[in-house]
Amino acid sequence: MTDVVDTVDEGARRRDLRRRDPRPSKPRRRVSVVGVLGELLITAGVIVLAFLGYQVWLSDIIVGSQMNAEGQEQSEQWNLDYADVPPTEAGDPGLTADPPVAATVGNAQQFANLIIPRFGSDYYRPIAEGIGTRDVLNKGFIGHYPTTQMPGAVGNFALASHRSSGGGNFHDLHQLIVGDHIYVETADGWYLYVFRNLEYVRPTGVGVLNPVPQVDGVDPAERYITLTTCNPFFSTAERLIAYGTYEAFYPRAGGIPAEIAPNVTTGAG
Amino acid sequence: MYAALWRVLPGPWFVRALILLVAAAAVLAALVLWVFPWVDALVAPSDVVVEG
Repeated sequence: MTDVVDTVDEGARRRDLRRRDPRPSKPRRRVSVVGVLGELLITAGVIVLAFLGYQVWLSDIIVGSQMNAEGQEQSEQWNLDYADVPPTEAGDPGLTADPPVAATVGNAQQFANLIIPRFGSDYYRPIAEGIGTRDVLNKGFIGHYPTTQMPGAVGNFALASHRSSGGGNFHDLHQLIVGDHIYVETADGWYLYVFRNLEYVRPTGVGVLNPVPQVDGVDPAERYITLTTCNPFFSTAERLIAYGTYEAFYPRAGGIPAEIAPNVTTGAG
Repeated sequence: MYAALWRVLPGPWFVRALILLVAAAAVLAALVLWVFPWVDALVAPSDVVVEG
């Protein structure tokens, strides 16, 4: 019994000694200004890295899939609007002569979809009127230059969209290969354009918007599509332009062209 | 700073690690959901159009 009491006393005495000892055996590291500053800087670095990951990769996945869903929803709505029209044979070869011309719409109004199989089997991005940064482009839409023609009209159907961020609709524009198919869907059906070539221009190169791209004062006889975005990535120094020429029109009554049918994932609704 | 944080957290090491992990996930979620989109709109190159 006395032993126990002694041990307790001994322990208390030791703790007391340790507390009074001016130099403990294991010194505690002092918090220094430089140390805290260093840790704050490391934290800031990690956050900046995370932001880059977000901007380069995550943001476009999030916004891009939202826009795909929005484009498909619009497509389904148009299908419902045409439900009373009996569908014709699937894989309709399309009408090359005089396709319907899409009606002009108000600013920031969604009126078409862009489908490019080269950009993935779920690529179905909505097109809105105008090229406003806040009301169209930063919302993830592809914008239509209001000064250019509408789909189906003889002349130039010119579009602009982000290369990265804001959905990154034209992220892979440089990967188009001659002959790639570019579909534009409106309420009437699907316009098929065929990719021809890329061009790199200065930000002031408005010639790409001419009814005949890069040719001044000529009456157009053909239908073109022009896609513009920034180049290089994360820069505004140049513009990357992709041109296509009109190939065929698939009326909505004939159903979605077989090539892009897999791009609609939401199913019949 | 982080050493001090580690010291003030209660419990054994794995409880502290769990608390820190949850806190880090919360901070990251807040960044991705609110802070990053806001910063993105400020710094992202938004000039994609050609104009004279």
